[in-house]
Amino acid sequence: MVDARGLSCPMPVIMTQKAMKSKEDYYEVLVDSKTPCENVTRFAQSQGYKVDVEEKGGEFLLKISR
Amino acid sequence: MAEKKNDKLLIIIAGLIIGVIAAGLAYLGNPKNMGFCIACFLRDTVGGLGLHRAPVVQYIRPEIVGIVIGAFAAAFVKKEFSSKGGSAPMTRFVLGFFAMVGCLMFLGCPFRMILRLAGGDLNALLGLVGFAAGILCGIFFLKSGYSLKRTYALTAGEGYWLPIVEVVIFVLLLAKPAFLFFSEEGPGSMHAAVGFALCAGLVVGVLAQRTRLCMVGGMRDLVLFKETRLLWGFIAILVAALVTNLVLGGFKLGFAEQPVAHMDGLWNALGMLLVGYACVLLGGCPLRQLVMSGEGNADSAVTVLGLMVGAAFCHNFGLASSGEGPTANGKIAVIIGIIVVTLIGVVNTYVKAEAAKEAA
Repeated sequence: MVDARGLSCPMPVIMTQKAMKSKEDYYEVLVDSKTPCENVTRFAQSQGYKVDVEEKGGEFLLKISR
Repeated sequence: MAEKKNDKLLIIIAGLIIGVIAAGLAYLGNPKNMGFCIACFLRDTVGGLGLHRAPVVQYIRPEIVGIVIGAFAAAFVKKEFSSKGGSAPMTRFVLGFFAMVGCLMFLGCPFRMILRLAGGDLNALLGLVGFAAGILCGIFFLKSGYSLKRTYALTAGEGYWLPIVEVVIFVLLLAKPAFLFFSEEGPGSMHAAVGFALCAGLVVGVLAQRTRLCMVGGMRDLVLFKETRLLWGFIAILVAALVTNLVLGGFKLGFAEQPVAHMDGLWNALGMLLVGYACVLLGGCPLRQLVMSGEGNADSAVTVLGLMVGAAFCHNFGLASSGEGPTANGKIAVIIGIIVVTLIGVVNTYVKAEAAKEAA
C-alpha cells in the first residue's frame, strides 16, 4: 500500500516504482488527484500490470495486479 | 494499450498545435523566436506594472493571462479544479526566483528554448545541454528521496486568487491607466494584437492542462521511468514551430545575430542548468506552474510569484543578460542559484530522512 495523497508528480510514480521493486503480484496506491492517477496507471501498465481505479470522495485507489 | 496510444497521439497533436501557434505569434508581432516565453512574458508583465524599470521589457502579456484562464477553465469543466497547497511554499518561492535568474541568464524559459531551436538559434543547443544536465542533477535528488511533502486541501477560495489576479491584470492592460509602463522600443514594444495573444494563450492553456504538458517532465520521465509521453509533446512543438518558421521565413541558422539572444555558450548552458535543476525540484517548468495555478494549486501560484519577483530583481540588480551577453552580476547570481538549489535538494532529501528516522 502506497499512500501518495497530496504529492505531485513525479513523486507518486517514484514511490510506486520503489514499492514495485519487490515484484509482488498486487499493490494498492492511493492518490488524490487525476494527474498522478493517470501517471501511476501508465507506469504500472508499462511494467505489465493491470490497473483498476476506484474513485471515492476525490481520492483514487489504484489496484495494481498481474 | 489502445488508451496508451491515444495518450501519446493526443499530446503530439497538442504539441503540433502549440508549435504552430507559437511560431505564428512571432509572425504576428511578438519578438522573434518568442511566440511564447513564460519567463520573458512574466518579466515584461512585472515591468508593465512598474516593478522593474528596464524600459525595453515592459508590457502586460495577454498570453500569460490566457494560459492561466485557459487552464482554469479546462480544469473547472473537467472537475479537476481544487484549491490545495501547503507543500513548502517558501521553498517553492525561492526555487521560482532562481529559476527566473537562470531563464534571464539564457534569455528564455524551456518553452522559448525550443522555439529558439526551431528558429535556427544554435546558442539554444548549449542551453539544451545545460538544461539536460540540470535535470539530471535534480533527478539525483528525486532518486535519493527528495520531497517537498504533501499538499492539503485549502479553503475553497484559495485556488481562485491567481486566476483573479490575471483577470485584473488583463483589465489593466485594456484600460491602460497612466501608471502602467509600456515599452516604446525593444522586445517589450513588439507584440501581437491583444485579441490574438489572449486567444493563443487560452488555447495553449487548455491544451497544456489536458495533456499535462511540461518541458522538464519530458526528459525527467524518460530518465526516471523510460516514459516518453511528455517528451513527444516537447518534440512535437519543436517540429511544428520549425516547419512554421520555414514556411513563414522565420528560420535563420547560426550562432551570430540571433534575436534576443547572446553567444556566451558557457553561460547559456549554466543558466539553463539552473532552470532545469530548479524546475525538477519544483515538479514542473514555468509553463506547467502557470497551468497548475489555474487548477487551483496555491503552491504553484506562489512559485509564479517567485518567478515574477525574481524577474523584477533580475532587472533592478542588473542580473539579466542582453543581446550583448551576460552581466557579471548575473553570473554571480546564477552561481548563487545553483548553490541554493543544491542546498534545497540536500535539506529536503537527507535532513528530512534523519528526522523521520528519529520519529520512528
